[in-house]
Parts: sequence; C-alpha cells; structure tokens
Amino acid sequence: MDDFILRALLAGVAVAIVAGPLGAFVVWRRMAYFGGALSHTALLGVALGFLIGVEPAVGVTLVVVVAAVLLGGLQNIRGLSLDTLLGIVAHAALALGLIIASTLDSVRIDLMAYLFGDILSVGWGDVIWIWGATVLIVAVLMKLWHGLLNATVHSDLAAVEGTNVRQMDVMFMVVLALVVALSMQVVGILLVTALLIIPASGARAWSKTPETMAVLAAGIGVIAVGAGLWSSYQYDMPAGPSIVVCTTAVFVLSLLKLPRV
Amino acid sequence: MADDNQLITAQGVEVAFGDNVVLSGANVNVRKGEIVTLIGPNGAGKTTLVRVMLGLMKPTTGTVWRKPGLRVGYMPQRLSIDPALPITVKRFLRLGVPEKVTTNACMQVLEETGAIDILNNPMQSISGGELQRVLLARALLRQPELLVLDEPVQGVDITGQADLYRLIQSIRQNRQVGVVMVSHDLHVVMAQTDHVVCLNQHVCCAGHPSQVSRHPEFVALFGDEVASTLAVYAHDHDHQHGLDGHVHGEHCDHG
Repeated sequence: MDDFILRALLAGVAVAIVAGPLGAFVVWRRMAYFGGALSHTALLGVALGFLIGVEPAVGVTLVVVVAAVLLGGLQNIRGLSLDTLLGIVAHAALALGLIIASTLDSVRIDLMAYLFGDILSVGWGDVIWIWGATVLIVAVLMKLWHGLLNATVHSDLAAVEGTNVRQMDVMFMVVLALVVALSMQVVGILLVTALLIIPASGARAWSKTPETMAVLAAGIGVIAVGAGLWSSYQYDMPAGPSIVVCTTAVFVLSLLKLPRV
Repeated sequence: MADDNQLITAQGVEVAFGDNVVLSGANVNVRKGEIVTLIGPNGAGKTTLVRVMLGLMKPTTGTVWRKPGLRVGYMPQRLSIDPALPITVKRFLRLGVPEKVTTNACMQVLEETGAIDILNNPMQSISGGELQRVLLARALLRQPELLVLDEPVQGVDITGQADLYRLIQSIRQNRQVGVVMVSHDLHVVMAQTDHVVCLNQHVCCAGHPSQVSRHPEFVALFGDEVASTLAVYAHDHDHQHGLDGHVHGEHCDHG
C-alpha cells in the first residue's frame, strides 16, 4: 500500500470514529443546519490562520469554537428564526473568509482543497494531531454521555434531576466545533455536515438504544472511509466526495429497514 | 423554617420579562403529604410559578425556600423525543438517576404507576396515557419527597384522566409525598386537593377548595355555573379586578 493512502486511511478512520457519535447528537438535537453553519465558518478560520501565521487547523478550531458559542447565544434572540440566523452567520463568515484569503499576497490558498477536502495530502503530523484530538473527544464524550443524553431528551427535566444543562450545551458545541475542524481535512468544508448526519441517520434503522446508534454510526463511517478511499485509488475519483457517497449508499440501504407510515 | 413537614415555600414571587409582569405576589407552601393545586386560565403564570419553585428560573423578586436536600420528582408538561433517538421506556427511566438503576427498580415504579407492560417498548410508540405514567414513574424512581406535576393528565382521555388522578392520590397516601400540581380540571381539583391556589398573574385566591370556589374572582374567571356546581362555602374577598386582571385595591383611584 502506498504511504499516502495509509495516512489518509488512518486520518479518515479517526475522523469517522468521532463524527459518528457526535453526528448522532446532531441528529437527535435537530442541529443539522447548525453543523452546516459551523463548517462554513471554518474557511474564515483557515484565512485568519494564514493571516496571523498559525497552522490552519488551529485557526479553524478557534474560529469554529467562537462561532459555536456565538450561535448558541443567538438562539435566544426573538424576532428571527434560528435557521435564518444560521444562514446569515454561515454565509457572512464564508464571504469574509474568501475576502481575507484573496488579500493574502504571500500565500496562495488552495481553496478547492479546503472546500472539498484533501485527505490524500495529509502528512504524518496531521495524522498525529487528528488521532490525539480523537482520543480526547472520545474521552470527553464518554464522561459527559449521561448528562448530554439526558439534556437532549428533555432539558428542564434533566436540570431538575441535577444535570448542568448549560454546561452540557456549551461542551457539546465546543466538541462539535473540534469535530468540524477535523472533518474538514477529510471531506472539506462543504461536506462536513454529510459526514456527521448521514452515518448517524443510516445507523438509526438498526439501533434500539442511543449507544448502539452512536457506535454503529462510527462503524458505518469507518467502512465508508475505507470504501471511499479504495474507489478513489482504484478509479481516480475525488476522495472526500467518494466517502460521502459511500455513507449515502449505506443510508439508502437502511431505508429498506426503517418502518413506513 | 418551621417544622420537619415543611417541604417548600415560595414567598412574594414576582416574575417580569422586561416591563411585562407575568406573575406577582405568589405565595405557595407545600407540606409533607399535602396536595396543592395551581389553577387559572392560560397565561396565568402557573408554569412560570412551577419553574421558579423548581429552581429552573430565578424570580425577579421574592424567595423560594426548600427543605435542605429536598428530593424532587418532576413531571414536565410536554415531552417529545425526536423519532431519530432510539430509546426504550427502561432506558428513559434510567436516565433520571445518575447511578446505575436495576431493571427491578424500573419494574417496581412502572408497576406502581400501572405501566409495567411497556418496559421494553420504544418511547415514541407509547400512548399519551402511557407516557404520563412513564413520566410519573421516572419521578418516583428518585424516591422524591416532593412531586411537581405540570398538567399530569394532558393528552389523556376522560376515563384515563380519572385513573391518573386516583393514582396520584394513592401515591400521596402510600408514600406520604407532598404534591404540587398544575391542573385545568376544576371538578377533580375541588374533590382531591387540600389547598388550591388560583392564579391570574397574581394569586386571585387561595385556600381550601370549598372556600376558593365561592370567591368572586374565581367565579369571574371560570363562570357562575362552574362555580356554583363546585361551591359549598362562601367567604369574604378583599379586592376586585379590572378587565385586564389587575387588582383594584383601596389605593386604586380609578374604576
């Protein structure tokens, strides 16, 4: 196996492992558009990262975390619905990111790589930071699992029962921001939401508990990364989109199993 | 605070959102083994008062005293779990307690609330009446001293409602818990409650059901006919209302 394929596989598998359970929460909390909006702000992070001279991954993580907390606050605004606010933040950040990127004379940012992912070009350094972040996220998720799930089912009930709901919401958004920054490297800004919600939705049909759904989603993601990279290698297809198409194939298969109205 | 039987006391609770006062001067006191019911029209501040008492929301002014270490079982007004979240009744019950809960304990509370058959059913497939019983079971699983029930018979048919109220009665009897209940069903309230607090953005009247049902504000809120079928006892009242519900007291120089 070529070295670059091995690195891509390692990075992709790690991202799929965290995107599965996080995606399950995104689906349960009906936050698919939230995830989409967050990923759009990532380009601003890339541009700002180049501007102030830090690693794009660092810039992305910071900007997405800030955007997540900001969006969390915007949820309380009356008079405009959340989907409108999400659209505004997402596209304003995307536009701002494109402008800043265009003003950078010293570097030429490969926009296509960020928008559609460039998993075949990840280096060993990337693989290490992706796995480090993955281990951290899995540990945090396992620690918060009960409270996070309780707050997802009914926030008031959870609060009365002693769950710190505000803390759970903030932690969830921070972790989600991290996962977006990770996923961006694999499938690109425009397809991050796909990696979050499609494996989780595909896992629904075979799940009777929240935990099985989270684990199955991770499993579907891992299989899709493998299959996507293989087809990319074999037929010279773009890697990120191939991975997304593979998760979608599993999702379509799961439709046969889901009950109908 | 007074004796051991005192569970929770709300005093002079006022809640305002900006200039909009949604609740003022609310006093509620619940003792062990006592059922206190909050009644009043939509928008009267019943749920607001419940949220303040649960500590979910801070009052603008006023205080809430809780017995130290008070264990509260809460039954929210609405519960809608996204269909994408696979969760059985058993798993849902277990979420209510941080420690591991045995299947046996889950079965016991479901037995008590009469919903033992649905232990392993998905939450989204159970009926409205079953959901209320499951919510009640989850509240009981915490071994509460105080039960807070926000419209416990919502989404339940007429015969089911009577059953549920009987169930709440028997839980009060067997467990000697205090109960705060928000309700619309005046007949049941009058028959099964120790203390009624009638709200219309402030406390209209409060007391034993038989007193409250003759109160002029109660009559104004719910109509003469309702009141007369419920009333057995009259008492004096100390204020009247403007059309907007505000109080005409002795310092009022209009109307």
